[in-house]
Amino acid sequence: MAWEFTNDRPVYLQIMDVIQKRIISGQYKAGDKLPAVRELAEEAQVNPNTMQKALSELEREQLIFAQRTSGRFVTYDDKRILQLRESRAENVVCEFMEQMTELGYGLEEIVYKVNNFGGEEE
Amino acid sequence: MTNMENNILACRNLWKSYGKKEALKGLNLSIDRGRIVGLLGPNGSGKTTLIKLICGLLTPTDGGIFVDKKEIGVETKKVVSYLPERTYIPEWMKVTDILDMFEDFYADFKRERALQMLESLNINPADKIKTLSKGTKEKVQLILVMSRDADLYLLDEPIAGVDPAARDYILKTIITNYNENATVIISTHLITDIETVLDEVVMIKNGELVMHKTVDEIREENGMSVDQLFREVFRC
Repeated sequence: MAWEFTNDRPVYLQIMDVIQKRIISGQYKAGDKLPAVRELAEEAQVNPNTMQKALSELEREQLIFAQRTSGRFVTYDDKRILQLRESRAENVVCEFMEQMTELGYGLEEIVYKVNNFGGEEE
Repeated sequence: MTNMENNILACRNLWKSYGKKEALKGLNLSIDRGRIVGLLGPNGSGKTTLIKLICGLLTPTDGGIFVDKKEIGVETKKVVSYLPERTYIPEWMKVTDILDMFEDFYADFKRERALQMLESLNINPADKIKTLSKGTKEKVQLILVMSRDADLYLLDEPIAGVDPAARDYILKTIITNYNENATVIISTHLITDIETVLDEVVMIKNGELVMHKTVDEIREENGMSVDQLFREVFRC
């Protein structure tokens, strides 16, 4: 299945999102070898150059690293992965708060809603 | 934007007239190796004319075209693989006959690759062309074209007549089969289907270049997809 992309952002950024999520969720674990560029490009149904660009950016973010002959690997740095997870969570909360505020909810109401969400506790 | 070394296609002040009608009006264009390029424009904008000029099927009225820095001729035809708008495969042939023909014609034709692709699309090489559906004929034609180890692939409306599943397969074929030194130019109206496959986009209108940008640039600068931008630029 091709990956889903939205229209408003460059595709390579959206590819980065997908791979980051896979790393955070443990689908790709610390030290795992990533599939080859072409394989990933085929899976996502994107141009290999675009996939290459996304992976280079992730390298720059030190989330993955390249070994000259054997391919690309997920970082061994668990802290880096946790840090990424935190910042992604931050973004989700930020978006959520914006939307709730738009709906006219105040902070207390929001906290109440979250606490009672699905009848479950945190 | 492009460096000379990597250049696979250059058009300099390219003019083409059919009698009084001017199809291309001083087009300047430069494209690098290793790119997948969308050639977009409304009907009658000059897309097919441009492609035929690059193939050497038409001669320019004025200006120059260079493939790999050479003028169009025998040498450039060796490295250009062209998918025309309409299929030209003789109806009486079997699929294997046309494979033989391509093998005779093109030194860079890879029969094995063609057979593999035919198999994954469930096309029997022993079938007569006459018995194939319109969509299947198009698939055969594209397989032939992509089975060459060319430097420049020119695909004129490659996905118009095939079903969505085959379309996905064809795009996959384009992504996986071309090498880093080759460039693929795809002319199409079905932008949404191929947008994520493209590196860059060339938009032409009335025989003139309107835009030549990477897909990332379009999304970053305009905050919209190529398809949306196309609708805006060419609003009727």
